[in-house]
Amino acid sequence: MFLDFFLLLKNSGIPVTLNEYLSMLEALKRNAIARNVDEFYYLCRMSMVKDEKFLDQFDALFGAYFKGIETISDEEIFQIPEEWLKKNGERIFSKEELEKIKSMGDLKDLMERIKKLFKEQKERHQGGNKWIGTGGTSPFGAYGYNPEGIRIGQHESRHRRAVKVWDKREFKNLKDDVDLDTRNIKLALKKLRLLSREGKAEELDLKQTIKNTSEKGGLLELAMRPVRKNNVKILILFDIGGSMDDHIELCSQLFTASKYEFKHLEFYYFHNCVYEKLWQNNVRRWDDAIPTYDVLHKYNKDYKLIFVGDASMSPYELMYEQGSVEHYNDEAGMVWLNRLKEQFPDLVWLNPVPKDEWRYTRTIGMVQQFTEDRMFPLTIAGIGEAVKSLI
Amino acid sequence: MKFKGTDNYIASEDLQVAVNASITMQKPLLIKGEPGTGKTLLAYEIAKALDKKLFTWHIKSTTKAQQGLYEYDAVSRLRDSQLGDEKVHDIANYIVKGKLWEAFDADEQVVLLIDEIDKADIEFPNDLLQELDKMEFYCYELNTTIQAKHRPIIIISSNNEKELPDAFLRRCFFHYITFPDRELLTQIVKVHYPGLEERLMNQAMELFFAVRNVQGLKKKPSTSELIDWLKLLMVGKITAEELAKDASNGKIPMLGAVIKNEQDLSLVNR
Repeated sequence: MFLDFFLLLKNSGIPVTLNEYLSMLEALKRNAIARNVDEFYYLCRMSMVKDEKFLDQFDALFGAYFKGIETISDEEIFQIPEEWLKKNGERIFSKEELEKIKSMGDLKDLMERIKKLFKEQKERHQGGNKWIGTGGTSPFGAYGYNPEGIRIGQHESRHRRAVKVWDKREFKNLKDDVDLDTRNIKLALKKLRLLSREGKAEELDLKQTIKNTSEKGGLLELAMRPVRKNNVKILILFDIGGSMDDHIELCSQLFTASKYEFKHLEFYYFHNCVYEKLWQNNVRRWDDAIPTYDVLHKYNKDYKLIFVGDASMSPYELMYEQGSVEHYNDEAGMVWLNRLKEQFPDLVWLNPVPKDEWRYTRTIGMVQQFTEDRMFPLTIAGIGEAVKSLI
Repeated sequence: MKFKGTDNYIASEDLQVAVNASITMQKPLLIKGEPGTGKTLLAYEIAKALDKKLFTWHIKSTTKAQQGLYEYDAVSRLRDSQLGDEKVHDIANYIVKGKLWEAFDADEQVVLLIDEIDKADIEFPNDLLQELDKMEFYCYELNTTIQAKHRPIIIISSNNEKELPDAFLRRCFFHYITFPDRELLTQIVKVHYPGLEERLMNQAMELFFAVRNVQGLKKKPSTSELIDWLKLLMVGKITAEELAKDASNGKIPMLGAVIKNEQDLSLVNR
């Protein structure tokens, strides 16, 4: 029961384990929820998803797999769940496909197939059968590409509720990039630690304790000292869009890793080259840009600056006024880069372009010169080297 | 007995399901969500609604898992031995029970809140796996296994400052409290201030959502800020008309209750 759904989740990269699956079945057996679809969805969600960044993906998959479930009344579905769902599963996946799901990771094909089958299914069931046509919902609605599709049929009766919680996709903005392989990056970043004693005295200072105790003639006298904490401060500037699109995955891994590693971490985005504006929210970059001067003034020299970008652009963008591809800039990119260098002398540039290809792009050389040979490839080894040069 | 929220705590449907399922399954419930959406409050309200005793264990960056079980106060014992106190012969005198032990020891089912688990060291949740799974632990000094008489209802809250280990997550149910929509928020406000004038509330709500939608806020104001702000408005006897007038002049009275840092403040004022 629901095993296919479980496998679908697993192969889509949501970290689910057998334990969680079994505990969900156990909960169903023990009647931990009322018998209706919404509560079933909540139970699935709370037992399978343990991090809010996967909630959106889960909603999409749930919507795709259990499409049609919401048009059957609540009582019915719990009377015939096994059979119905088995059929649903069979309809979506043939035996071979199920085998394939187990082995393959390519979700795209799978989703295509599901989409196609749902189209067929809808047509087949329009004759007043149990499958009530969800008139006008595009098949893409369930995947969240069509935000308008959500509200259709909102005022139906209670048992045939058509507003599917999972189709609202309200967790979309919680999605983070998948934390695959960030462990290695984390380990590399770990080296970037400046430990210093800070805060309240809480750790036993053994040496001092022994000394104090012997001075008191054997009567115990404790000495405490503050715990060591990592107080390195990091400012990251990410290049985004354009030629960086190829490297998004790599960058998001770096981002996820660093986010959890440092307490003082600030990040901003730029496009191709740094000019007078930076931004923190990509969607709203035109409305919410932050003057680069503000950033320069806000953080002091303790901050270590990490650029992440391919440094591949036209030399005009770097060297000339009004050279930006996007807007009318009064000062050349290099002026801004130098300002940043002056404020944050400890800086490195991480470049996702493989190192052997650097010499083919002129601006990479120019930026390399600007960083005084502190450009490193965005690889584990490269991050390691960059960290070394920052300390 | 089912948890359905209380007189002054509105629980959304999915939250109710989550709480009830984890009570039935006797599994800890991990609660995450924006600050101020009532994560910590939840445990208090569950205890109140189900009429159970509540134990709270607030986690700090220096908290160790062992402190929740028990601590052996070796220093007092050493002192007592030097001073020749009779107490020294029984080690049990120096075992200080932690919150988990207290909860396990209770004669009836209790609610245990482990608050802000993400504040602790990264290994902290791993050190509690066995304890949460089996609801028992071993006390070396006394040579006994402490077992829960009644498995407590465990609520764990996290503010997402650290990632929790997978092994730990597997043992919990998870619920993410989303920021309530307008309808639910209205209900929540009504529960807190039943006498609030309708027009003032609508006006305030309008402004509140406008502030929340300002992009780039470091901390978006949440339910608890709204409640505080409404209280101030009421105490200051500000009427709906005054509020509307101030808003049209680009001013928001008592903004300090909603926005908590100066960068956000300048952002909103702009």
